[in-house]
Amino acid sequence: MTQRRSYAVGTGLFIVLGFLALAYLATQTTSLANFDEGSTYDLKARFTNIGQLKDRAPVKMAGVRIGSVKSIQFENDKLDALVTISVDKRFDQIPDDSSAAVLTSGLLGDQYIGIQPGGSPQNLKNGDTFILTQSAMQLEDLIGKFLVNGNGDKKSGDADSASKPAPDAGQ
Amino acid sequence: MSAQAPRRNFLADGLAQIGDAGLFLPALLAALPRSFRYFRETVRQLWFVGAMSLTIIMTCGLFVGMVLALQLYHVLSIFGGTSSTGTVVALAVFRELGPVVTALLFAGRAGTSITAEIGLMRATDQLSAMEMMAVDPMAYVATPRFLAGIIAMPLLCSVFSLLAILGGHLVGVTWLGIDNGTFWSNMTANVDVWKDVIDGMLWKGLAFGGVVSLIAVHQGYTTPPTSEGVAYATTRTVVASSIAILAIDFVLTAFLM
Repeated sequence: MTQRRSYAVGTGLFIVLGFLALAYLATQTTSLANFDEGSTYDLKARFTNIGQLKDRAPVKMAGVRIGSVKSIQFENDKLDALVTISVDKRFDQIPDDSSAAVLTSGLLGDQYIGIQPGGSPQNLKNGDTFILTQSAMQLEDLIGKFLVNGNGDKKSGDADSASKPAPDAGQ
Repeated sequence: MSAQAPRRNFLADGLAQIGDAGLFLPALLAALPRSFRYFRETVRQLWFVGAMSLTIIMTCGLFVGMVLALQLYHVLSIFGGTSSTGTVVALAVFRELGPVVTALLFAGRAGTSITAEIGLMRATDQLSAMEMMAVDPMAYVATPRFLAGIIAMPLLCSVFSLLAILGGHLVGVTWLGIDNGTFWSNMTANVDVWKDVIDGMLWKGLAFGGVVSLIAVHQGYTTPPTSEGVAYATTRTVVASSIAILAIDFVLTAFLM
């Protein structure tokens, strides 16, 4: 009987340990650990290009996470991206002339929404829209601009060198 | 000709084993209601295949996590991305290493002993003796072990993954000096509870537990009743389980991703 009880207790301990491990993993090592349920309010922002922004990407203000991206939709009539973000209710002092930007953490990191505070005495409320937004910086566009500018400089350089001999010729 | 004959036999033998195991599964499930009468036997098997495997699972989990963090730290430092060591350790453990390594260890630790035990019962006619005493060996011997394996594997996977992440934390944070907050916050930001923990670890753990237990019980139950037969059956359990685990892992990953 004692033998039987000892393995029954051991089995019970094993099952409890297994479920405790599972519960710890599910709540402490996943995005659930960052969840603040029910205590958020929604803000909207329109971007002409969101880059690689994804659902549940962090929303940061002064580098501190204050919320997350709730949904990303394409707006058919305005031809831009409507991003709904949910911000923690504790942070309800965001001026209504603040601007939202799609930023990249590090050079190759994930993209997030950074909010630059404005100076208005009015604060953004649930359902409000950011008026000032800045789209994601596209590395390809930057390289493209750089290449075009490089060519432009060369051309202007050529023009300068071409125009320089002219006064010489005039003298 | 003589060189070809064994190969054809090998293939046909393998197919026959798969088909036989496939037919064995409905018989096991049919015996499931009858095995509830032997609930204590299931608990005892759970203690044996689950609780007794904890030591090896925890030790191996710890070392897998430690070596993973060590390797990743050196690779990621090339790109200046050591802060994501925790993320990569967690994702690798949840999605692949946790279920697969646990299942391979489980096949070696519990699968072999199930096969050897049932095989020896077969070889010494204990199973026939049970039938004579109107005790259904399917319900009393086979199904409790099968059930115990299915219940034990996801729990063992969880313990393995937990220890692996703690091992990664030990090496990454305590020894290599990654910031503690960075380690956890990067992990929590990138690990998803449904996609990684439930789909990646739990379902795989359940599937592997079912497959390994089925192979182990089937091999033991159908072993030739000789000492050589039991030896072959035990070997086949490990070989077939390992192949099945890795093959099913690929299929499951393709479906669950």
